[in-house]
Amino acid sequence: MTPASVPPLAAVSDLVGGPRLWVLIVVIGVCTFALRFSFIYLFGRIDEVPPRVRRALRFVPPAVFAALAVPAVVSLDGSAAATLTDDRFLAASLAAVVAWRTESIFATIGIGMLALWTFRFLV
Amino acid sequence: MRRFSGPFVDGVRISLPVLLGLVPFGMVAGITAVDAGFSPVQAMGLSVVVFAGAAQLAAIDLVGEGATFAVVVLTAVVINVRHIMYSASLAPYLRDLPLRRKALMAYLLTDQAYAFSVDRYADTEAQRRGATGDDPDAADAAESDAADAAEGDATGAGEGGTVGDASAPTPIVRGGDGVAYYFGVALTPWVAWQLSTAAGVVLGRGVPESWGLSFALPLVFIALLVPTLVDRPAVLAAVVAGGVALAGGAIPFNLGIVLAAVVGVVAGAAAEEVFG
Repeated sequence: MTPASVPPLAAVSDLVGGPRLWVLIVVIGVCTFALRFSFIYLFGRIDEVPPRVRRALRFVPPAVFAALAVPAVVSLDGSAAATLTDDRFLAASLAAVVAWRTESIFATIGIGMLALWTFRFLV
Repeated sequence: MRRFSGPFVDGVRISLPVLLGLVPFGMVAGITAVDAGFSPVQAMGLSVVVFAGAAQLAAIDLVGEGATFAVVVLTAVVINVRHIMYSASLAPYLRDLPLRRKALMAYLLTDQAYAFSVDRYADTEAQRRGATGDDPDAADAAESDAADAAEGDATGAGEGGTVGDASAPTPIVRGGDGVAYYFGVALTPWVAWQLSTAAGVVLGRGVPESWGLSFALPLVFIALLVPTLVDRPAVLAAVVAGGVALAGGAIPFNLGIVLAAVVGVVAGAAAEEVFG
């Protein structure tokens, strides 16, 4: 099955709640396990990640987490003012400051959610 | 009380404070999975089978948005590719263990399990060399934990294998303290992750949509992102990836995230290459 043959909307009805979602879960699980087992299994045949690859892998977490977070909290529809005063953007900005000061997932989620509710329901 | 001491308990104990961050993260995984249309059993299945928080949340997010099968898998793989580094780093310590034990340890390998176990193994290594070695990480780690003195007995048996190769890490042995400690630091987050996912599934079914609990998803990503911004190349990788992901919202099949991650990694690596 090629991705191009499945329109996004069909994918929703296909994946959600059905047996294909189980297949998805298992495939992601197998891939994840393969990555974790890779060098532990291969030790003796390949001992080390090549230095260039190792240096590049260091940038995977910042790149991936930014790619996931930014589109979820920044909306490009509408004016710049609308973007900057969006409740999700404001709450996320505050949460980023909390994450920076505390490095605590707990505090980041807690204060971020409180901020969202404050901006959404009170302001 | 022998029952409440030993390397396994040491591992559990050192892991406990981290659960303060892991439990809400796991609850978000449960809440948002149900939100995205996973059945409760599927939501739990995801946590048990995959057991990788960031990849799970990204998969949930993409399934909810109607991404295709291949894109969800690809995104999860990109997020989890960092585990290759952990695997490579632990491999020399685990090399003498039976294959099944190694496979189980690999399944349980998380950022947290890696960080605590490699710290302890490097620590033990430094003690063995009298902490005078040239490895700054190992020497640094040696200061941290006096309780590790007991480790010497159990892992000493492995020493014979590395005579003549002073630079290679000493492998931990079957039934030794190093293995027990690993299961302490690896099973603790596993149990907490499953229980908090289950709590999230229950909670997710009871909380109305208008509360916007799915907003916890980007909040978790922010909490994971910020500590990785340790230097300029890392910040550049994040800024470029975030920008590409934002601009790439129109790219079909949600491939924008994968593209953004790849471009961000290249930007970070290039910046480091050029500016040092």
